[in-house]
Amino acid sequence: MLDQSADGAFVEFERVQKSYDGETLVVKDLNLSMPRGEFLTMLGPSGSGKTTCLMMLAGFETATHGDIRLAGKPINNIPPHKRGIGMVFQNYALFPHMTVAENLSFPLEVRGMSASEREGKIKRALDMVQMGAFGGRRPAQLSGGQQQRVALARALVFEPELVLMDEPLGALDKQLREHMQFEITRLAHELGITTVYVTHDQTEALTMSDRVAVFDDGRIQQLAPPDELYEAPQNSFVAQFIGENNTLEGVVAELKDGIAMVKLDGSDAVIEAKAVNVDKVGDRTRVSIRPERVETNPDRLQDNAHTLQAEVLEFIYMGDIYRTRLKVAGNENFVVKTRNAPDVARMTPGQTVQIGWLPEDCRALDA
Amino acid sequence: MSDVPAATPQDETDAAGRLVAADGTPLKRSLARALRRQKLRALLLIAPLLLFILLTFIAPIADMLFRSVENDIVSRTLPETVETLGEWDYSSGELPDDAAYLALYRDLSVATEYKTHTRLGSRLNYETSGISSLFRKTGRGVEDMGELYQDQFEDLDAAWKEPETWARMMASEEWLAAEDRAATPLELRDGIAGALPNTARAYEQFAEFTQNEDGDDPAEEDPWAYVYAMLWLDLTGPVQMDAYQGPDAALLEAAAEAAPGFESQTWRAGFADIDNDWEDVEVWGTIKAYSGEFTSGYFLNSVDLQLTPEGIEKQDENQRIYLKLFWRTIVMSLAITFSCILLGYPVAWLLANLPMRVSNVLMILVLLPFWTSLLVRTSAWKVLLQQQGVINDILVWIGLISDANRLVMINNVTGTIIAMTHILLPFMILPMYSVMQTIPPSYLRAAKSLGATNWVAFWRVYFPQSVPGIGAGSILVFILAIGYYITPELVGGTKGVFISNRIAYHISTSLNWGLAAALGTILLAAVLLLYWAYDKIVGIDNVKLG
Ligand SMILES: Nc1ncnc2c1ncn2[C@@H]1O[C@H](COP(=O)(O)OP(=O)(O)OP(=O)(O)O)[C@@H](O)[C@H]1O
Ligand SMILES: [Mg+2]
Repeated sequence: MLDQSADGAFVEFERVQKSYDGETLVVKDLNLSMPRGEFLTMLGPSGSGKTTCLMMLAGFETATHGDIRLAGKPINNIPPHKRGIGMVFQNYALFPHMTVAENLSFPLEVRGMSASEREGKIKRALDMVQMGAFGGRRPAQLSGGQQQRVALARALVFEPELVLMDEPLGALDKQLREHMQFEITRLAHELGITTVYVTHDQTEALTMSDRVAVFDDGRIQQLAPPDELYEAPQNSFVAQFIGENNTLEGVVAELKDGIAMVKLDGSDAVIEAKAVNVDKVGDRTRVSIRPERVETNPDRLQDNAHTLQAEVLEFIYMGDIYRTRLKVAGNENFVVKTRNAPDVARMTPGQTVQIGWLPEDCRALDA
Repeated sequence: MSDVPAATPQDETDAAGRLVAADGTPLKRSLARALRRQKLRALLLIAPLLLFILLTFIAPIADMLFRSVENDIVSRTLPETVETLGEWDYSSGELPDDAAYLALYRDLSVATEYKTHTRLGSRLNYETSGISSLFRKTGRGVEDMGELYQDQFEDLDAAWKEPETWARMMASEEWLAAEDRAATPLELRDGIAGALPNTARAYEQFAEFTQNEDGDDPAEEDPWAYVYAMLWLDLTGPVQMDAYQGPDAALLEAAAEAAPGFESQTWRAGFADIDNDWEDVEVWGTIKAYSGEFTSGYFLNSVDLQLTPEGIEKQDENQRIYLKLFWRTIVMSLAITFSCILLGYPVAWLLANLPMRVSNVLMILVLLPFWTSLLVRTSAWKVLLQQQGVINDILVWIGLISDANRLVMINNVTGTIIAMTHILLPFMILPMYSVMQTIPPSYLRAAKSLGATNWVAFWRVYFPQSVPGIGAGSILVFILAIGYYITPELVGGTKGVFISNRIAYHISTSLNWGLAAALGTILLAAVLLLYWAYDKIVGIDNVKLG
């Protein structure tokens, strides 16, 4: 039904803006291009405009400005029911007056499928989410997690090419959620469905997606595969939002060949960092270092590693790792994670240690 | 996955396999106990309301139900006649024998004094017209029947004129000696009831009336002519003079000797003199047919039947109106309910879906009729709908109809339906609105995302969820409409009136409260029946009133 456009993008947002009240922009300048079959996650804090983007794509909200294209065609010309987009709503939106089976039957009926054909598809879809025994129940007679699975089955039963999911796993316990994360990604890849998935759980985003779009303040802050997002955040918001992060604030003292020398606040130390998001000497910057990239064993520090003096404030034993809170250059929330291994020493509060890291693990970002 | 229902939990059970609570009592019983305590507390809280409802609502309804079958007026006013008629068979076609006329004479003589005979007349007039005037006329003539004997006794001996003679003869010595004879209940002389049973009885009735109604001393009042008639009856019958031991025995003996020679007439002849309708077997048949304490007559009348002496018959052609009225009331109420649904649904939808500010204004428009007097609104419709009214004027002006063919839209069915739809519309809109408000817009979106067109999404997803609102609104509107009174009265003319207008007529004009009660009871039953049917078909759980 939907053809891939020439440049390979299946879903495209171009300079999209959205305002509900004519006063504030909920979505500011959104640009996004998804190839067919991709699993893309929109990740961001509450109120950052994720649902709004999804609704615009599904056709329930119109963009105030800009174009949204589906398979190369401007979406405004296609009414919602012809877009063939499966959707899992944030509150499931299962029809309360129909049984589970009738809910699943609905999209098939409106497509004029015969009863026998419907039956097979419904059964397969319900089995897919392990809900085969619940076909005769009303949504109100199901637990939250079961409703969620039915909503998922309903969105998939008519085999859409694009599926939008708005926090579909929000109500599930951890174990079930992990299981469903796995199921959804498996299904999406098996069925070759293009998926836009909304969540504000970063682990979910990282484990499931091909690419993650980090939303904040109505903008995509960074759009990248999970590893890149984690390893190479483009700005301090992403660095803070994804995973755990240590930030040291300072001023750019020197800038050359993509390397910035940063003079830290609250100490005389000058450290070397990769200049990712700084423009010129004298700019304020936030230097970001991941806790697991900090080395505490001086023997293992490489030659070019940078070292600093630190005071141990807290030591937490977490089983597989040790989590140590240090005071570094006036920052009391500097966290270090070390493996629980025979050659790694446990630190005691009050102790002064030497820590270090490689310059390439240290990123100078916007302040 | 782990939460597919498979494992059965291991619960505590007793020997019989029932679940038990922690302390060993069966779970069912301890639950029931806990609930009972809760219920009792709740009941105490609502007790004042319950009492209020019982007194002001249930009691009048019970009274209405009772009135619709109550009929003791006949047996209370004509007790002896009713008893005597027990053996009489209407279908023989013969008039009852003279004993019945005698009984009637006795009953009516008393009833006339109490003036209850006219009320009985009106009651029986509902069943056979003309009886009311017959009773009134008889009330005036019944005195004459006794005076025939009174005159002859008084001619025989002037002592019979004296109230004291009677008192001496009838009352006991103690009573005669009593201080305040106006207040002391009359006590008969020993043996007088055996000697002159009818007279004693009549005198007693006279004394009771004199004391209770007039507050006078019977010994100082002239007895009724009826008492003289009874004396003649006793004296001409098998007399047991030896049983009488009081004073004036000689006077009585003289009377007993003269009485058989008095001018007399049969009781029947006496009544025939007053009005020869008394020789009409129909009149007697009616009295007999309605002599029971309870009657189905009002209910039969309500469905265009009547209880005649021969049994249940159809009402005369020109009096068959109630079935038609009931039918019309139901059909028109359904029409009104239906048009309320048609007009109310879109409004409720707008109310539930427009932005708050706009919907608030709209809500005021919906509620506005509530704040205007019913009479004003109804009169406004008169202005709009009448033949020289606004709507007709406009239609004529734009040339849609000619001046000669102005539409008749008021004082008929159309007028009633239009005005009542307007008046009852808010009762449809409000419950619909309250239900629609709870339907999140995401359902419609979900339906559309699943491929449904706007119409299918509405019809298969939104509409079924709004049905409880329609149900609640319909029940409200229908029940209100079926008992509506003022609007049909004002704009209904003759063709657009409801059964309730007829009920009102019987309550305030014809004063046939029994029939009004029976009509009301049938109306109540019809509503309950429809409610029951609704419950069976749609299910009352599907009704949401807010
Ligand atoms: N219908 C609406 N009218 C007006 N403002 C709205 C509407 N829907 C959302 N907003 C506003 O737009 C902003 C973005 O909302 P959106 O629902 O897209 O957030 P979200 O990223 O999905 O958040 P969450 O993770 O909590 O679901 C919020 O500030 C919200 O208040
Ligand atoms: Mg959302």
